[in-house]
Amino acid sequence: MNDVTRAPLLAPTRAEYCVIACAEAWRDNGEVLASPMGLIPSVGARLARLTFSPDLLLTDGEATLVRPDGTTEGWLPYRQHLTLVGGGRRHVMMGASQIDRFGNQNISCIGDWERPKRQLLGVRGAPVNTLNNPTSYWVPRHSRRVFVEKVDMVCGVGYDRAAGARYHRIPRVVSDLGVFDFATPDHSMRLASLHPGVTVEQVREATGFDLAVPDEVPSTREPTAEELRLVREVIDPAGSRAREVGS
Amino acid sequence: MSDKTTTAEQVVSRLQSGMTLGIGGWGSRRKPMALVRALLRSDIGDLTVVSYGGPDVGMLAAAGRIRKLVAPFVTLDSIPLEPHYRTAREGGAFELMEIDEAMFMWGLHAAANRLPFLPVRAGIGSDVMRVNPRLRTVTSPYEDGETFVAMPALRMDAALVHVGRADRLGNGQYLGPDPYFDDLFCEAADAAYVSCERIVDTAELTKEAAPQTLLIKRHTVTGVVEAPNGAHFTSCAPHYGRDEAFQTTYATTPWPEFAARFLGGDEQAYQSAVREES
Repeated sequence: MNDVTRAPLLAPTRAEYCVIACAEAWRDNGEVLASPMGLIPSVGARLARLTFSPDLLLTDGEATLVRPDGTTEGWLPYRQHLTLVGGGRRHVMMGASQIDRFGNQNISCIGDWERPKRQLLGVRGAPVNTLNNPTSYWVPRHSRRVFVEKVDMVCGVGYDRAAGARYHRIPRVVSDLGVFDFATPDHSMRLASLHPGVTVEQVREATGFDLAVPDEVPSTREPTAEELRLVREVIDPAGSRAREVGS
Repeated sequence: MSDKTTTAEQVVSRLQSGMTLGIGGWGSRRKPMALVRALLRSDIGDLTVVSYGGPDVGMLAAAGRIRKLVAPFVTLDSIPLEPHYRTAREGGAFELMEIDEAMFMWGLHAAANRLPFLPVRAGIGSDVMRVNPRLRTVTSPYEDGETFVAMPALRMDAALVHVGRADRLGNGQYLGPDPYFDDLFCEAADAAYVSCERIVDTAELTKEAAPQTLLIKRHTVTGVVEAPNGAHFTSCAPHYGRDEAFQTTYATTPWPEFAARFLGGDEQAYQSAVREES
């Protein structure tokens, strides 16, 4: 313990509000696998596991299920991971190169699929994820290039294309500006909370479609002192979260 | 009992242009790169490649050997986007059957079980259906009536995989954390070639390791190749990790220059060139 960590806590950074917003995705999830993709979702999942969602399962990023202290508690190779998806006992937070107002997500390519302007990863597991287990999204840089009217290649299935998909659910989208959900009559994207310091106008400006905005928009909740300590001293002492989202 | 030991060159001599070729591993992990390098030294092309894609796909694409790719992704893991694959795709170099990771797995299971297809709850609602107009759906004959994708069997002419150890008969052992789908690739192919870090006596395989590490069974294997460092530059845990520095060289060097520097000679020359590089 050095003196710095005993000094009064510094105000939360934007990256730390993002961590809280991601962690909240896994609240009350019970005994399911948390599958975070990206750095801030990973910090968020570990924070949830260490605090309000102690039953979560986490992997080491490879085939081992580990407790927060690194103790091995299980084995989950890709073949079992994909089978687990089918059983639904998982909540994944994926990235999105593009996402539209109904939550259709693209990580495959930009432009015409036949001959893309920019080839990206490919559909990966987005089609199976979205039809089988809750799928949330993380966007570290909210912009009109990501929040688009129509995605170029639907990888993760959105609400407008999920008719009859009994296990389809997109609990939330977290960006560096705020938290979004689909709690509207037509399941179009809604602003659920703003990270402190962000305005509704800023979000609208950075969003390429008509976003549902309630009259009263709450702020993303404040981290507790204990949560800040865990993030800063235990989970991410190197501060890598600031590389994904600047202040 | 037949001794199936052979060389990478002999394996490639049994492959032909136009074949459907499965490649084991996952992304930039435990790829049978020594066999892929031998393939690159041949003039075999016009391939349909079935792979959880990594640099195997990148290299074969860069060398113009692929007619059609079946894959859910192509990545170098620590470098998310495979640069040579990107160039090939953006240039419209080959046909692509882009499917989901689970669809791919059930396609392997279908092929291994001699089934024409397996129902999968994945794909519907996504553009996987738009870009693969030949995919069919199937409706449950039971009360639920749900509609699924009928994922066709991914049957292959030949499969290439790399494991830690094998015996001369083709029993293959992995000692790392993840088997990936290498056993399924072998079961789903008419011929399967296993390269390994080291060939050992059968009794040696379970001397210090549990029998469940014996991933690949000899009845599914056609040939065994001893290829130390044969997954390089991808990882082959616990024998070695990914050679990140070399992977960066691969990703940032124009393909003709990379091929000239590292792929001009045989496997031994490649391994020496790699040692000089580090």
